[in-house]
Amino acid sequence: MTVKMILRDKEYEVKPGTTVRHALEKIGVNSESVLATRHGELITDDEILHEGDVIKLVAVISGG
Amino acid sequence: MKCRKCEQTAVINMRQHKLALCKEHYPAWIVEQTQRFIEKYRMFTQDQRVLVAVSGGKDSLSLWDILWQLGYQADGLYIGLGIDEGLGYSDESRRLAEQFAAQRGLHLRVVDVAETYGETIPQMAERTTRGKGRPCAVCGLTKRHVMNRIARDEGYDVLVTGHNLDDEAAVLFANTLNWATGYLLRQGPVLEARQGMARKAKPLCRFYEREMTAYALVRGIEYIYDECPHAVGSKTIYYKEMLNKLEVDRPGAKLSFYLSFLQARENGLFVASSENDSQTGASGEALHTCPSCGQPTTAPGECAFCRMVLQVREN
Repeated sequence: MTVKMILRDKEYEVKPGTTVRHALEKIGVNSESVLATRHGELITDDEILHEGDVIKLVAVISGG
Repeated sequence: MKCRKCEQTAVINMRQHKLALCKEHYPAWIVEQTQRFIEKYRMFTQDQRVLVAVSGGKDSLSLWDILWQLGYQADGLYIGLGIDEGLGYSDESRRLAEQFAAQRGLHLRVVDVAETYGETIPQMAERTTRGKGRPCAVCGLTKRHVMNRIARDEGYDVLVTGHNLDDEAAVLFANTLNWATGYLLRQGPVLEARQGMARKAKPLCRFYEREMTAYALVRGIEYIYDECPHAVGSKTIYYKEMLNKLEVDRPGAKLSFYLSFLQARENGLFVASSENDSQTGASGEALHTCPSCGQPTTAPGECAFCRMVLQVREN
């Protein structure tokens, strides 16, 4: 089992036991440009990810 | 991570403030801070009529929600741009703006560009010199024109927009790269009324974009998540991503960039290029009145917007 991170139409798999911040670094996503949610609730970057977690990332940048 | 105020689990950690807050205290903090900024920059008062430019996005709907909670007389203005691109982008953003207003019993003024001026933004962009390959230029010009017209003609004291700190920092960065001193002189939380131009204010200018997204999520505000199809790959987004790379390594860098600029401007770093700068354009040129719409323009004759509409009608 791994942790799944979803950003728009992309899915990433990361190892459990790491923090959100570290997982974002691993997949090359800037932690300032997204918010992480688990079960629909916002979580902070220091949260530890557990096996089977599905983390939906909300992109925050907009504008033309 | 725990909330600074109550020890509940935090939903956001604002590293630049060394402040983590829970889902109860975070939206309350945003509302309090907005009120503080409104007062600090003397944006408007409870007695004044406020027009909120609403796009259906997170920032403008959050701003309207905050002003509503604070008890301001704030009406919304939605401009229907007619952007579809197979996504129904404008239809969906209008639906969300109308839903938001209906849920709170707020007044939303809708101006549909195609109904009012004959064509949608993408159609105008196809058929005018200004718009060739640049629908965003047509869109910006149209929105500024319509917002000013409604604010001025319908007697609003101030037009407010949902620009956040990332928006402001990206514009500041772009203007600094070009040393566009005329624009730098005018950038700030408040733009005072000038000849034919409504007063403008940006109450969210000190919040990060990330914070406004978190506010919308915590408050359960349904907003249009997808980017405008024409904004994909824009310079603004590129600059925001660059500044966020800086922010990751140096928390507070964006805030410091913007606030130091405001301080420098206050200290007179940028000097008006003419004695009466309030009656000039961004580059210091004198303003004239457009004979068709009555709005200010930097050259004699029709303003850029009226010239564009005329070109659409003639072609």
